[in-house]
Amino acid sequence: MLLIYCPYCEEERSELEFRGAGDAHIARPDNIADITDEEFEEYFFLRQNPKGLIFERWRHIHGCGRFFNAARDTVSDRFYTTYKAGEPKPDVAAILNGERDKGAAR
Amino acid sequence: MRKYSVFAVAREALRGHKGWGPQWASPEPRKDYDVIIIGGGGHGLGAAYYLAKEHGITNVAVLEKGWIGGGNTGRNTTIIRSNYLYEESMDIYEHSLKLWENLSQDLNYNVMYSPRGVMMLSHNIHDQQSFKRHINANRLYGIDNEWLTPEQAKAYCPPLDIAKNARYPINGAALQRRGGTARHDAVAWGYARGASDRGVHIIQNCEVTGIRRDENGHVTGVDTNRGFIGAKKIGVSAAGHSSVLMEMAGVRVPLQSQPLQALVSEPLKPIFPCVVMSNSVHAYISQSDKGEFVIGAGTDQYNSYSQTGGLQIITHTLDAICELFPMFRRVKMMRQWGGIVDVTQDRSPIQGVTPVPGLFLNAGWGTGGFKATPGSANLFAHLIAKGEPHRLSAGLTLDRFRTGRLIDEAAAAAVAH
Ligand SMILES: [Zn+2]
Repeated sequence: MLLIYCPYCEEERSELEFRGAGDAHIARPDNIADITDEEFEEYFFLRQNPKGLIFERWRHIHGCGRFFNAARDTVSDRFYTTYKAGEPKPDVAAILNGERDKGAAR
Repeated sequence: MRKYSVFAVAREALRGHKGWGPQWASPEPRKDYDVIIIGGGGHGLGAAYYLAKEHGITNVAVLEKGWIGGGNTGRNTTIIRSNYLYEESMDIYEHSLKLWENLSQDLNYNVMYSPRGVMMLSHNIHDQQSFKRHINANRLYGIDNEWLTPEQAKAYCPPLDIAKNARYPINGAALQRRGGTARHDAVAWGYARGASDRGVHIIQNCEVTGIRRDENGHVTGVDTNRGFIGAKKIGVSAAGHSSVLMEMAGVRVPLQSQPLQALVSEPLKPIFPCVVMSNSVHAYISQSDKGEFVIGAGTDQYNSYSQTGGLQIITHTLDAICELFPMFRRVKMMRQWGGIVDVTQDRSPIQGVTPVPGLFLNAGWGTGGFKATPGSANLFAHLIAKGEPHRLSAGLTLDRFRTGRLIDEAAAAAVAH
């Protein structure tokens, strides 16, 4: 079971309180009636499925009820960070570098 | 190939069992092949077997990054049935079930197919309506499936609790008597032995790291940890890693990879005569010939390649099993594991051509791929040999997510497979 940090509640809580909500940063086309079948497939059906870094949505359904995003590794299931909806994708390389620097300082 | 028979067993018994050779060869890879199949599970090995046996194509390699049958073929709960709702699904799963019925004889290998019956429990009026719709659709299509009252269900599976005040009351069940189980390892080994005997190369510990294409886009071969291997045609049959491989050829596919868990109990004497599934409370259970209860749980809610899965998923399933079969409450669980399943949005598989010439895809079997092994392998071989799908798998195309011709078994309440 995962431990997930809700950026709104600012607290790490059990996965039981959360509902996974799939790929993050998907924008519904403004001209949905005009797009081609290919574009609709891209928007509606095609999702990221990387072996490694994934950006995904979660909802703190049994907590504050809000949607937020997470950067996670799909091999180790480790969360790099979680961030509020509407914020841009975080720079995961910078997060990892920061951890390495901290380790070196220690 | 040594034919297995009662006489061979008797002869070896007298010789101290020193004459059994390896079941399949482990050759060095050639420079190139007519066909490379990526993924040495039941589907991939079976496809190689049928390519050789039915299409005369023997210059074939099956590349497996681990050991054969070590992925989902060795991790599932071995349930076999064909009572799906839509014709596209019934076509392929029934084709598969018919092959299961003679598979041991065909392979000269005991796959222990046991048509002990698969019973799906109905807990409420919605289940009942859905199951009866399935039963009617199946029977119109010539597939056996029947409705049981709670008392008939209890007679078929005595450990079942049908008390009116049960936590999950049972108002009936759908039974497919030809459904059942088989030995998953034997399926992989039997196909490997049959394919190897016909000249197919089975290459283990060989991970594909790239798919190469010529200037026209046609595939030319694969990069592996054992170097480049050329091929005129490539079939991807890699379950949870199919989308990773397709990405190597520049093709995005509508697949999501998630952990699916199973667990087995301590061995008990025979007490459980069939397979029981409950979609509503998400549990399925059977008893292996070794005596272990084989129990399937659900998928995790997030994408992962970790082959583990959360504890809350299996405790949820065990809660349900203990309510349905109160007499099993003190049975101890021995082992738990996860496999990575590739799930499509309509919960139906993808088998067909891809935008890349020479590249064929067999994926998206999700949580129910084992039962499809012989049928899927047989039709995938046809697809690769002919370059176009067989009539029975013609609906399972990759482009249905663009054209909208979905096969929506997900909406048909096929939660558990
Ligand atoms: Zn919260």
